[in-house]
Parts: sequence; structure tokens; C-alpha cells
Amino acid sequence: MSSLSETAPAPAHHPALRHHFDSLATQKDSALLGMWVFIAQEILFFGGMLGAYTIYRNLYYDSFAAGSHHLDVPLGTINTAVLICSSLTMALGVHAAALGKRKATVAFLLLTIVLGSVFLGIKVVEYADKFENHLVPGAHYSAEHLRGAHGEELTGDVALHSQLFFALYFGLTGLHALHMIIGIPIIAYMAWRAGQGRFSPAYYTPVEITGLYWHFVDIVWIFLFPLLYLIPHHV
Amino acid sequence: MSEHAAGSPPDPHAEPDHVVPIGTYIMVFLALMVGTGVTVAASYVDLGIWNTPVAMLIAVTKASLVVFFFMHLKYSPRLYWIWLGAAIFFVVHLVLGTGLDYLARIYLNLGSPGT
Repeated sequence: MSSLSETAPAPAHHPALRHHFDSLATQKDSALLGMWVFIAQEILFFGGMLGAYTIYRNLYYDSFAAGSHHLDVPLGTINTAVLICSSLTMALGVHAAALGKRKATVAFLLLTIVLGSVFLGIKVVEYADKFENHLVPGAHYSAEHLRGAHGEELTGDVALHSQLFFALYFGLTGLHALHMIIGIPIIAYMAWRAGQGRFSPAYYTPVEITGLYWHFVDIVWIFLFPLLYLIPHHV
Repeated sequence: MSEHAAGSPPDPHAEPDHVVPIGTYIMVFLALMVGTGVTVAASYVDLGIWNTPVAMLIAVTKASLVVFFFMHLKYSPRLYWIWLGAAIFFVVHLVLGTGLDYLARIYLNLGSPGT
């Protein structure tokens, strides 16, 4: 291969093509495979905590149902819709990049950032409520604002174990929010690069990979929302 | 995709990407919104033990729509499917395997693992 390229005139290859790839197509396939491997790792990463959630929810069901009923379902529903909208704008951003529409790419990426920020803003409001009601696990935790299936106050082990629900609530939603906090600057960087005209229909892999990440974060929330907000009371 | 010989002039449009029509994205988006509404509505209906399975079924459907269309897996090499499938396999194994261990211990009155 090296002898061949030494004799051949230097090809006018795409500036984004790394020398160890034959073509942009193979380069893109490899980059996307790497992202899917990362997503596989992320699934296992969240899966560990989801496993803990499943066990404790089944062991301490009444505590989990009481904790879940304190969460704000309207806010959670709005946030789910906001995140789905941001997934759509992200998909449309990647679509625009694939067609070489520079302005549309930037606009859709910026819209995705706005929607992601709205989600985080609503999350802040929800977290503030948990702090005010002493529902943050730790020394100041109190189950006095939680109610059981018949509106009764929680006592004994049911009250004690409700702390586990909120530990997992903050763990899972916090990890999810952290992913969004990491994702937003990456999208901003992609919008900046797109504005500079660095992407074209031949090369927009970074935008597509950013899209994969953002959609994955959306999927995590699709599972977290019913698992955390919508636990029914067993009557 | 990469059949051309090394050193030959690369064609910038060797393999045009499969561009999903915008209409597909809109349909998926609407389905996700409806799915969210159905999830919330179903949680207020007493389905006994079926509340959680129904919620998870809707979530898996929504996640599949995102994976196949927004994330383009439907149009992607099968190698990516294998990686995703492997991750799902191990997560299911983790949750079910651990869960069954706890269930068995409860039924057999063996106490919690580690005690």
C-alpha cells in the first residue's frame, strides 16, 4: 500500500479523511461503531443502578409508591415532552447537516440546546421542592411529607426505606442530568463548527455522533419517567 | 463502501448516506408524544400487577422508535445491532438474574444475600 501511494500522485482527499482510512465512508462506519460501543457501555452503566432500583422497589414497594407519589407528575410529563421535542430538533439538525444546509443545522442544534436547558430548569424546580421538603437522603431526611396508599403518614420501616427511593431518584435523575449537562456544550461546539462551514454532506460524522448521544439520553429518560414518577399504589 | 483501491482518487460521494425523510421524523415524534400521554393515562388506571409491565412495554416501544429512526439503526450496519443487543442482553441478565436470586431467597426464607 505504501509503495502504491508513493508512486501515485497525492490524491486531493477530503481534509477530514484520516490517512489510515480508505474513504470517508469507512471512517464514518468506524466512528459510529465506536459511538455504539460507548452507548453499549452507557446502557450497562445505567443498568447497574436500574438493577438496584428493581430489587429495592420490590423489597420496599410501599415506600417506593409513597415516594413516587410525592413527585410532580405534570412537571415530569412536561419534561418528557420537552426532551422528545429536543430529540426531534436534534434529528432534524443531523438531517440538515446531511443535506449540507448550514443555517438549518445551526438553528436546529441551538433549538436543541434551548430545549435541553428548559428540561434542566424544570429539574432544578423539582430538586428545590425535594430540598424544601427534607426529601434529600441524609441527616436531614424526613418522610413526614410522604403519604401512603390511604393518605396515612408513613411509619417505621416504610418511612425509613422511603429514603432509598429518593437516593435512587437523585442517583438516576442526577446521572441523567449530568449527561445532559455534558451534552449541551458538545452540541454548542457542533453548532459553532457547523456555522463555520466545517460540515458537508460528505462529512458530518461529529454532528451525527452528537445526535446518537443526545438520543440515548432521551431514551434513558423514557424509562426513568414511568419508573420514578408513575409507581401505582397497591390498594 | 471501501472497495476502491488505496491511492485512487477518493470519490467524495462514494456512498451517499441514507437520508431519512423528514416525514418519518415527524411521525416518530408524534408517536413518542402519544406514547407519553398513554403512559401517564395508563398509570391512573388500576391494572393490578399489569401497570408496570404496560408502562415498560410502552417505554420499550418508544425507545425502539428512537433507536431505529432517530438514531438510524434501521439503516445501519448489523454490527451496530449486535453491540446494542449485547448490551441489552447483559442488562436484562443483570436485573433478572439478581432479581430471581432475591425472589428465591424470599420464598425459601434464606434471608437477604450477605446476611
